[in-house]
Amino acid sequence: MTQLVWNGLFVGSFYALVALGYSMVYGIMKLLNFAHGDLYMLGAFTGFAVLGAAGGVSVTMALPLLLLVLVLTMGTTGLAGVLLERVAYRRLRGAPRLSLLITAVGASFALEYGMRAAAGADPRVYPVRLGGTSLEVLGARVTLQQLALVGVAVVLMVGLNLLVTRSREGRAMRAVALDPRAAALMGIDVDAVIARTFFLGSALAGAAGVMAGAHYGKIDFMMGFLIGLKAFTAAVIGGIGNIPGTMLGGLLLGLLESFGTFWLGGEWRDVFAFGVLILFLTVRPTGLLGERVTERV
Amino acid sequence: MAALEIDGLDVHYGGVHALRGLALTVGEGEAVALLGNNGAGKTTTLSAVSGLVRPTGGRIVYDGRDITGAKPSAIVRLGLVHVPEGRRVFSTLSVHDNLLLGGYAVRDQAEVRRRIDRVYALLPRLAERREQQGGTLSGGEQQMLAIGRALVTGPRLLLLDEPSMGLAPLVVAAVMDVIREINAEGTAVLLVEQNARAALKIAHRGYVIENGTCVLTGTAADLRDDARVAEAYLGGV
Repeated sequence: MTQLVWNGLFVGSFYALVALGYSMVYGIMKLLNFAHGDLYMLGAFTGFAVLGAAGGVSVTMALPLLLLVLVLTMGTTGLAGVLLERVAYRRLRGAPRLSLLITAVGASFALEYGMRAAAGADPRVYPVRLGGTSLEVLGARVTLQQLALVGVAVVLMVGLNLLVTRSREGRAMRAVALDPRAAALMGIDVDAVIARTFFLGSALAGAAGVMAGAHYGKIDFMMGFLIGLKAFTAAVIGGIGNIPGTMLGGLLLGLLESFGTFWLGGEWRDVFAFGVLILFLTVRPTGLLGERVTERV
Repeated sequence: MAALEIDGLDVHYGGVHALRGLALTVGEGEAVALLGNNGAGKTTTLSAVSGLVRPTGGRIVYDGRDITGAKPSAIVRLGLVHVPEGRRVFSTLSVHDNLLLGGYAVRDQAEVRRRIDRVYALLPRLAERREQQGGTLSGGEQQMLAIGRALVTGPRLLLLDEPSMGLAPLVVAAVMDVIREINAEGTAVLLVEQNARAALKIAHRGYVIENGTCVLTGTAADLRDDARVAEAYLGGV
């Protein structure tokens, strides 16, 4: 039982990291960035390249090195996200939503098959594999590395939440999300704020990509597709556009999958996840913590 | 020297010619009313000045500087601030956060705090509701918040678009008093209003625009006494 909970929380923290970028971008420009999962893939490959360049890795150094790789990768995918917005989305900001959506799907294919052309279609094996020491916590088998990964995910999420709720930049992000024109009239450079949002969201997805590579050991150019959809599901469960809600949605989705798999078998895992997506979209499209306010005119 | 000088301003929305060679000036510290019917081009004029709309012709000079087609975020930094129609407060942010956003472009945080304190002194209702979400305020309070937020940017020229819209007469009077006070302290005001009577009470001068061009101008007293203005905008003589 505690094992199921732990597995769920572990996978859920990946979902949450990826879902945050989805949710932030949706919040700020009402765009479902279907290329977001591919930034996760890009993160996994960037980490792979950096680790390869670093050469042989001794087991004792694996974790500190991985943290360094994480930072480099986050910078790279962050900039890739900024570039994506600049090239594909900015010009379409006033265009109908459907045009943006189709562009996002196109950008997703471009990243997937671009990576296939660059790195080949065969899966790559990550040069660092985190297995190793495990301990018993309340009856669940937990590896130290898993704990470290969850720890990193938590630090990133808490940091993001502080940034958005406490800082001047975060306040500007929320203002742009609510009303970009009014924000511009306060002296906020809306383009710059949107670019920063893309940077943050993409960096988090990149971090999740590296962590997934190190955990599962194998990466390929399509790995972002499914997780992108899962992250979307997580964001919808929690309330898309709402940051704490999205984190909650990621963890809940992880738990749901973990228990669903246990009760129904592994082949039902995705059915379970997307069934929940459909359920939420019909019954509660604002999600668990979707923002509501009684507005008066 | 005039704070704001607009000359030959043209704006097109697709095929619609919204402004046709509009010209107007606002002097340093002056309060100017911009009157006209729905669709005459009042809001478009303000949006072109604040950079929300890109003009297709003409020049906008503020403080001796050509700002035609500049970005809104750059224009705010020059002290030219637009309070948009319909208030547009940030509905899920607190009153205090709304005010802090007015100080976004200001480097000196102590100065932002001083300005916010001054806004709370001028508009005590906002101080009482500082932790409340902007969207839960009454219409009049939201208008006060929109004006207060603009004051935190440190404006020398305030563009106000229909501040009296949808407000009860007593509240309109309160809002107009606040605008008069802000103007008396030295901030120039360009006031767009449907409520011409209220606007001409606090303005020094006024312009009447029709179909995107200026058809009449004069001192507030002249406009009040003008038969055409009286008939069209003041509800008969």
